[in-house]
Amino acid sequence: MFLSESTITGFFFLAPWLVFAPVAGLLFNIIFGGRLSEKWIGTVASLASGTAFVVSALLAYSVAANHGELVRWRLAEWIHIGTLNLDWTFRVDSLSTTMMLVVSGVGTLIHIYAIGYMHEDVRFKNDVGRFRRFFVFLNLFIAAMMILVSGDSYMMLFVGWEGVGLCSFLLIGFWYEMDTLARPSWANSNAAKKAFIVNRVGDFGFLMAGFLMFWNFGSFQFDAVFKAAPALAEANPGLIVAITLFMLVGVAGKSAQIPLYVWLPDAMAGPTPVSALIHAATMVTAGVYLVTRSAPLYTLVPQAQYVVAMTGAVTALFAATIAVGQYDIKKVLAYSTISQLGFMVAAVGMGAYVAGIFHLITHAFFKALLFLSAGSVILGLERGHHHAAHAHHDEKHGKSVKTKHEDHHEEVFDPGDMRNMGGLRKTMPVTFWLYMIGTLALAGIFPFAGFWSKDEILLDAAKLYPQVYWLLAIAAFFTAFYMGRQIWMVFFGEARHEAAAHAKESPKVITIPLMVLAALSVLGGALNLPYIHTLGNWLEHTIEVVEHEVHIVPWLEQSFGGLNIYVALISTAAALLAIIISWLIYGRKPLKTGQPDPLKKPLGFIFTGMENKWFVDEGYWAVIINPFVKISYFLADVIDWRFWHDWFHETVIAGTYNWISEIMLNRYADQKGIDAFANGLGSVTQNISAAMRKVQNGFVRSYALSVLLGIVLILGYLLFK
Amino acid sequence: MVPVNYYITLSAILFSIGALGVLIRRNPLVIFMSVELMLNSANLAFVTFARMHESLNGQIFVFFIMAVAAAEVAVGLALIVQIFKTKHDINVDEMSSLKG
Amino acid sequence: MSVDLILFLVLALAAIATALGMLLSRNAVYSALFLVLNFATVAVFYLLLSAPFIAMSQISVYAGAIMVLFLFVIMLLGAEQLKPLQGLPWQRPLAFLLALMLIVESVYLLIFRSQPQGQIPVGNETFGNPQAVGEMLFSQYLLPFEITSIVLLVAMVAAIVLSKKEKGERA
Repeated sequence: MFLSESTITGFFFLAPWLVFAPVAGLLFNIIFGGRLSEKWIGTVASLASGTAFVVSALLAYSVAANHGELVRWRLAEWIHIGTLNLDWTFRVDSLSTTMMLVVSGVGTLIHIYAIGYMHEDVRFKNDVGRFRRFFVFLNLFIAAMMILVSGDSYMMLFVGWEGVGLCSFLLIGFWYEMDTLARPSWANSNAAKKAFIVNRVGDFGFLMAGFLMFWNFGSFQFDAVFKAAPALAEANPGLIVAITLFMLVGVAGKSAQIPLYVWLPDAMAGPTPVSALIHAATMVTAGVYLVTRSAPLYTLVPQAQYVVAMTGAVTALFAATIAVGQYDIKKVLAYSTISQLGFMVAAVGMGAYVAGIFHLITHAFFKALLFLSAGSVILGLERGHHHAAHAHHDEKHGKSVKTKHEDHHEEVFDPGDMRNMGGLRKTMPVTFWLYMIGTLALAGIFPFAGFWSKDEILLDAAKLYPQVYWLLAIAAFFTAFYMGRQIWMVFFGEARHEAAAHAKESPKVITIPLMVLAALSVLGGALNLPYIHTLGNWLEHTIEVVEHEVHIVPWLEQSFGGLNIYVALISTAAALLAIIISWLIYGRKPLKTGQPDPLKKPLGFIFTGMENKWFVDEGYWAVIINPFVKISYFLADVIDWRFWHDWFHETVIAGTYNWISEIMLNRYADQKGIDAFANGLGSVTQNISAAMRKVQNGFVRSYALSVLLGIVLILGYLLFK
Repeated sequence: MVPVNYYITLSAILFSIGALGVLIRRNPLVIFMSVELMLNSANLAFVTFARMHESLNGQIFVFFIMAVAAAEVAVGLALIVQIFKTKHDINVDEMSSLKG
Repeated sequence: MSVDLILFLVLALAAIATALGMLLSRNAVYSALFLVLNFATVAVFYLLLSAPFIAMSQISVYAGAIMVLFLFVIMLLGAEQLKPLQGLPWQRPLAFLLALMLIVESVYLLIFRSQPQGQIPVGNETFGNPQAVGEMLFSQYLLPFEITSIVLLVAMVAAIVLSKKEKGERA
């Protein structure tokens, strides 16, 4: 293990337990889970994740005790071939410990939530045995994410990168044989496949960057690359640009930016804890982490930085417009996530790494809160639906008659559709307040966490790239608008479906983790308050921020230690305005059952575009996927099957072979020749033995005669030879 | 002054007659008697050679042969009596149970 | 033509004739009696060959004991009368043929193919007398002698065991 020169005290030796604790948890559940109750399975998994959190906390403390010094803890040798030397080394510095804390902290809360959520979910879908599998996969995800954030080289990071991609696939397709409404379908497994394949495109970009890196730097290890980068940037600037832009492709895949964001809305097919953990708080932030970690590379190439920032900004606005037209509660949050990721990517692209990580942390808090609360809403509607169906059933058949569970649900009911909701503020008050907190944080209202982080990004954008600033500001406006729309549609007004009317509040195991997250969403801003800059100082140990020379507009010059009053005022005003407009449209005259969206008529085709995600998926299908599928069919059916298999193999090869074996060999050689010979031998032997058998006639005298015959013959031979 | 060959020839002829008796007769007692005849012819040959070589070994051997032949006859006849008790017939040809 | 030779030929003829008689008699008793005569003839041969002890043993053991035993059994079992020939019709001619061939071969071998062995020498009187035989028997051949006595014992035991009555069986 490597230690830096100064005296190191602390808990660095615990680093491998970041990974091993979740792995131990998942192995325990695989081996013993079959005999345990659901509570125990969930507890073991949560404890495993909690252990990772405790270890992260101890590691963070150790880093702090060592004044932010980097410690690299080598666990094992991995690949040593030629000039390639890769080890499994844990990198413990301020940036990685921050990520570890977020992942394991939010992850543990979501584990606890999932105990309650999955308990009801597996019962709604009639497969109680699948409960264990969920927690095994969740622990696997935590382990993989830990490998990602603690890796000391790009390859270790990639191992974790791939691992979380796999877990994403496994968990999106958790109910692989159904669709979200529990009907038998390919829908969920298709969503999982889509996530995996689109991520693969991103991984391709990552790998290209990796290959370029190894070819030119000779190593994947962070410090080695960063040390050698400036020299190579002088000699061959295009190289660093290429590396960073390829990495951007990877980031676009994992963190759902244009053009590879299309998997994330479909990923809502997975259970809600999955959406919260993987597709809001942790996995999708891996791209942001990657850019932050590669800061030394990006600061060398401002051109690439601009591309990254613009990608993030455009994505932020684009996704926000789509979110306005969505009816599914989770889809709105999904596009919101894409949009907020755009904020983060724009931030780190601009070089505002602290702002980006800050927003990553606060976003993890309130987005997880929102998703989990949405899960609580969905479960509440499911409970209400069952309650209502039972009430109907009792009306129709009387209380004593029992019929099968499936008979109750004659109509297909989508518990996630906001058009079926309404008035839930009265039936699910706890969930309502939690959701409010999350919304306010996301919209960036003072003093919730989102305000501080988003404003820091906006300020940096305003200073460095004005176009990015405007794009992000408009996106922030839309953010507040669609969240307001969501609040009015879901919690206010009258229930538009009897399921909403009968909705019940969720149990404590679900609401308590949410309360913790709500508290964090309220207080999270304290992580990096202006002037105090706790997070900034912490991260500066790892990230060297190079200030670009920019021309700063006078009205931006007044910043109170990282907060400019104008920027703050503009963003807050915009958010409040958006909320008021949303109330005017959706809140004042609440929607009735079956009424179309009030924005449809005024915006016309624009709203249709928003509703249909600007037909991006359809575009992909038309341009890329359908031709690909057609070519595949052609290759498979015509070339492979009909030509190779049917004609060549079956007729030519197999036919010839069969002819040889059947006609020539079987009939002539085998049957007439060898069989005849063998049978002939047999029958000859039989005949001989039948004849010879007669010698044994049982008469002693004939035996004696044979003896005499023998004597005579032998004597004769001896005499006359 | 009888040549030795004559004695041996006689022995051979007696032997052949004995062998013929074994083969032809169906009465086991007669077969047995033929066997005794064959043994006797061997005895004759032994004594002849003993005389020829002026050695008593041949005669001693004849003595032993006689003793053993007597024992054999005793046992054999006992057997035949037993068989007759069970089968009530001593025709050798009827006893072909070991037919193959 | 010395006396020996004539005597030999006559006795030889007698031996062969009695043997044939034994062979061809229908009646088993006649066969046994013919055989007794044959044994007697052979005993005379032994005397001619200077084996007096053996000759007497022949008479007393073979002709006197063994054949008597045979006669007892023959008469006990009532085997004088025999049924006519059945089964294995080819046995007879073939056996005759083979026996004839054997005789021809032996005669050929012994008369024409062998070296003349010479005459039987005129022996001394003490050759073959009981004293000499006894001496040899009890010195050089003591072990076979003792074993022979055991063989006889075993034969006695066997004969008794074999003719024991089974339980419930009638004699």
